[in-house]
Amino acid sequence: MTDSTDRNPEPGQVRTPDTAWPLFEVFVRGKRGLNHVHVGSLHAPDERMALHNARNLYTRRNEGVSIWVVRAEHITASSPDEKDPFFAPSGDKVYRHPTFYELPDDVPHI
Amino acid sequence: MVGTESATVDEQLHEHFTRTIERDQRVEPRDWMPSGYRRTLVRQIAQHAHSEIIGMQPEGNWITRAPSLRRKAILLAKVQDEAGHGLYLYSAAETLGVDRAELTDKLLTQKQKYSSIFNYPTLTFADIGVIGWLVDGAAIVNQVPLCRCSYGPYGRAMVRICKEESFHQRQGYELLMTMMNGTRRQREMVQDATDRWWWPSLMMFGPPDGDSPNTRQSMEWGIKRHTNDELRQKFVDMTVPQAEALGVRLPDSGLVYNPERGHYDFSEPDWDEFRRVLEGNGPCNAQRIERRREAHRDGAWVREAAAAHAAKQQRRGRAAV
Repeated sequence: MTDSTDRNPEPGQVRTPDTAWPLFEVFVRGKRGLNHVHVGSLHAPDERMALHNARNLYTRRNEGVSIWVVRAEHITASSPDEKDPFFAPSGDKVYRHPTFYELPDDVPHI
Repeated sequence: MVGTESATVDEQLHEHFTRTIERDQRVEPRDWMPSGYRRTLVRQIAQHAHSEIIGMQPEGNWITRAPSLRRKAILLAKVQDEAGHGLYLYSAAETLGVDRAELTDKLLTQKQKYSSIFNYPTLTFADIGVIGWLVDGAAIVNQVPLCRCSYGPYGRAMVRICKEESFHQRQGYELLMTMMNGTRRQREMVQDATDRWWWPSLMMFGPPDGDSPNTRQSMEWGIKRHTNDELRQKFVDMTVPQAEALGVRLPDSGLVYNPERGHYDFSEPDWDEFRRVLEGNGPCNAQRIERRREAHRDGAWVREAAAAHAAKQQRRGRAAV
């Protein structure tokens, strides 16, 4: 999600009060039957305001039937690089995919 | 020894980044990226976000004077969209490790710019239609290729924005069609607004290619997909038939179809004017930035009160447990 490095203000800079508003990540369920999907983030003073702001910001045109907001700081992510040994265990297990198995073409419904 | 090893790691990271770009894959927030790539994106996304926010002013100016409830509701929705676009973009910029409040400070202290187009005044209600048609039309031409930007969060923000811009352009064109079917005076208003917005709209694509030093690097990085002049040409080719259908004249005697090129030839915009406006000397620069500062000051108590309320609720919640 959001990288927490380099968030310090420039020396001597006066911070505006809304820096105190935490960052929330927003997830929207587009319609019944679909998963919630990450759509972006916003700042809000608390969870309730975050939900209201998310509705106004990310669902102005019926883009969703349900919204989750979660403080960005509460998200635990896998390592910085999206392609790294963390996902290696699934890389060498080709037998987990249906295409691994060769069957005769004339066997129906399989 | 340690130095050599870290150099190798750096090289590997760089190579991985370059491969990602070459394969037309997306760079995501937590990936390693060259500092120049990050800096360019922060500057471009912030400038884009500021443009959306400042862009609320020329149109917001007409909300109370819209000629019907229908037009007022449409204009309100459009200006609300601009605020939303600004927030999508600040959200994308924040994934690069900057803070929205920091970017707001940079806008208010004029350390970062916004699009020069918003430094022109909206003199009549026809300007609202022409902004939708030409200014949002130019924005769409600029923004559609950005949906494929190599930086994932920026591209995704642009996808959302482009979907909404289409409403903006169509409501503007419909407004103008209505006026063109009205009185002679109304048709004159549309022509006058077109005359005033045509050249600034062409300038929205930025300086000519020969004068745009960052273009090549941005294209190599997959941030930019077309040059300024390519996009400008595309906009002109698109707009001429729209002007004909509307019955307005585009204010350029050099505008003529060139069958050899398969494109319209057109005259050079006044780049001195472009530079003057960019340097802060356009008709509305001072007014726009002062209005934005005022809004920020006036909103301070709301931000503080909301934060205080949240803190109080949290204390009470803890006490209850």
